[in-house]
Amino acid sequence: MKNAAPQTGQTQIGQKKPSLLKSLEIDTRLLGMIGAFVLICLVFNVITDGRFLTARNIFNLSIQTVSVAIMATGMVFVIVTRHIDLSVGAILAMSSAVMGVLQVQLLPHALGLGIGNPLIAPITILGGLLTGTLIGALNGWLIGYQRIPAFIVTLGGLLIWRNFGWYLSDGQTLGPLDAHFLLLGGIEGTLGTTLSWALGVIFSIAALWAIWQARAAKMRHEFPVKPIWAEVTMMGVAVAAILGLVAVFNAYEMPIGRLKRMFAERGEVLPEGFTANYGMPISVLLLVTVAVVMTLVARRTRLGRYIFATGGNPDAAELSGINTRMLTVKIFALMGFLCGLSAVVAQARLSNHANDIGTLDELRVIAAAVIGGTALAGGIGTIYGAILGAIIMQSLQSGMAMVGVDAPFQNIIVGSVLVFAVWIDIQYRKRTGEKL
Amino acid sequence: MNNRGTPLVELRDISIAFGGVKAVDHVSIDLHPGEVVGLLGHNGAGKSTLIKCLSGAYQKDSGEILINGQRVEIRNPRDARAQNIETIYQTLALADNLDAASNLFLGRELVTPMGLVDDAQMEAETRKIMGRLNPNFRKFKEPVKALSGGQRQSVAIARAVYFNARILIMDEPTAALGPHETQMVAELIQELKAQGLGIFLIEHDIHNVMKLCDRASVMKNGQLVGTVNVNEVTDEDILGMIILGKKPEGVAC
Repeated sequence: MKNAAPQTGQTQIGQKKPSLLKSLEIDTRLLGMIGAFVLICLVFNVITDGRFLTARNIFNLSIQTVSVAIMATGMVFVIVTRHIDLSVGAILAMSSAVMGVLQVQLLPHALGLGIGNPLIAPITILGGLLTGTLIGALNGWLIGYQRIPAFIVTLGGLLIWRNFGWYLSDGQTLGPLDAHFLLLGGIEGTLGTTLSWALGVIFSIAALWAIWQARAAKMRHEFPVKPIWAEVTMMGVAVAAILGLVAVFNAYEMPIGRLKRMFAERGEVLPEGFTANYGMPISVLLLVTVAVVMTLVARRTRLGRYIFATGGNPDAAELSGINTRMLTVKIFALMGFLCGLSAVVAQARLSNHANDIGTLDELRVIAAAVIGGTALAGGIGTIYGAILGAIIMQSLQSGMAMVGVDAPFQNIIVGSVLVFAVWIDIQYRKRTGEKL
Repeated sequence: MNNRGTPLVELRDISIAFGGVKAVDHVSIDLHPGEVVGLLGHNGAGKSTLIKCLSGAYQKDSGEILINGQRVEIRNPRDARAQNIETIYQTLALADNLDAASNLFLGRELVTPMGLVDDAQMEAETRKIMGRLNPNFRKFKEPVKALSGGQRQSVAIARAVYFNARILIMDEPTAALGPHETQMVAELIQELKAQGLGIFLIEHDIHNVMKLCDRASVMKNGQLVGTVNVNEVTDEDILGMIILGKKPEGVAC
């Protein structure tokens, strides 16, 4: 991002050799967050005698993170433009209720599609996404055009939408869900090892291509570029990270009971000694797609540029001819869409709709964005930061549950980490700010 | 002054009120190509408010705006830009968190054939124009909050120049600048004037007005005191207009 890690000290053209980090042009804040994450993982791994860093736990951690992480990417845009959205959990619940009613009652029975009809899942998902988007757009209209503060609009929404959902579903827990729909939840829908490796290779090639393209564009305009060894190192890190994650997902073996059930459903008997591994969960693939698209929006589209400009100086944006009111509608509609998407993943993972789905998610989502370096003052934030923030929060929570930390202490620690993370960030900015 | 054909801009009988306060009260001024018209007056005299009707930041309550003799409606900053009106605001309308190129092209980004913003191309264009305006400018990669007042001002000016403004509004462009940077802006105004731009210059410093402007329009309490040719009056005459609202004797207003 244009506003990421200030490149300090570039003004003095000295003879000093650039440091390793500067040659690699790595965001030091990102590095700090990854460091914190690695530390958390290692500590929990030691305490749990190696149970934390198993393929199984990493797999579960990943699918638990997806829902909050998807919403956190949208929250970055909201917070960057100096707004807040307290209604994301409620919008998720409302979208989930609509989808629950659609796939459990309306489509199979009232409309007579019948249970198991392949049309049920896509129509249901469309309904959920539409619900989220419309509510988000309404929020945006109230904030942008009617000038009601976002805090108030979404605080109202927090009460309104969850209870609309409650009314819609009669307070019932809705299930069982459509079989195709369940594929998006995580454990029920994985790609298997071969497909996962193939995707890993495709992603790796895409990453290499993107790094190379960025370099080529700089060279075309004769801007300075990183030394070639630095580019190669970054390429290596990217490929290792992608393939490493795929390897972990592929290492998680399906339990024997599940295999027996799968074969039984097809009317076959499980052959002796047969094993299969899960591979990449579809929901994680969804998160990766959202991350890539949202990063692209933030950095390479006019919409993204306007979002950051408005966050940095709303008056300047308005005077530059940006329609900041419409922009607000777009941002909140996007947030609503992502809530709908998260509702799909959350509902499919829990395999039913219940009233309390997504309760307190607004706080998790905001915390993830803020831990990920999004500044509440506006103008600063990254998509990858928010996702990493969500992962850190989920690892902390899962890890503490695994270790057996008492419930009150779990929340005390998560809360403290949130405040501490923001304090660290302020110190970091102060330090780099002085050097500028 | 009235025999030079159609004015580039004509503000006719403009009024704007906030609540019960008449910030601008039936004011008419005009601007010809290649001319610098100074707008003077105390704080709160209404000069910034008047000019914001032209730049689209405010909407006039009554009156007309004519560009090249044609009546135009300016409802927002986008309409003003469409008329090639560029404004350099006193408060420097820059987004602090973005770099120079992003600010220069804000609202008018260069895009690739795929519709994505072309940062490399924009930076190259920014380097070109800054090479002309302020050759010492180096901080292309940093957010503009890291720049000095003069550097920020040159980004704001570059924005107006790059997009071929015909009408330039400058709201105290040298207020935050040191002597060297003020000189740079003065030279730039002369250059733009020679290129045939019309410039409205809101300015407090009488010396700058005497040096840079062809005509000066003075406002007081929302009303126009008068418009004078700068070379026909003295500093004291203009001061008298600003402070007392008194037109100098023997000068056509």
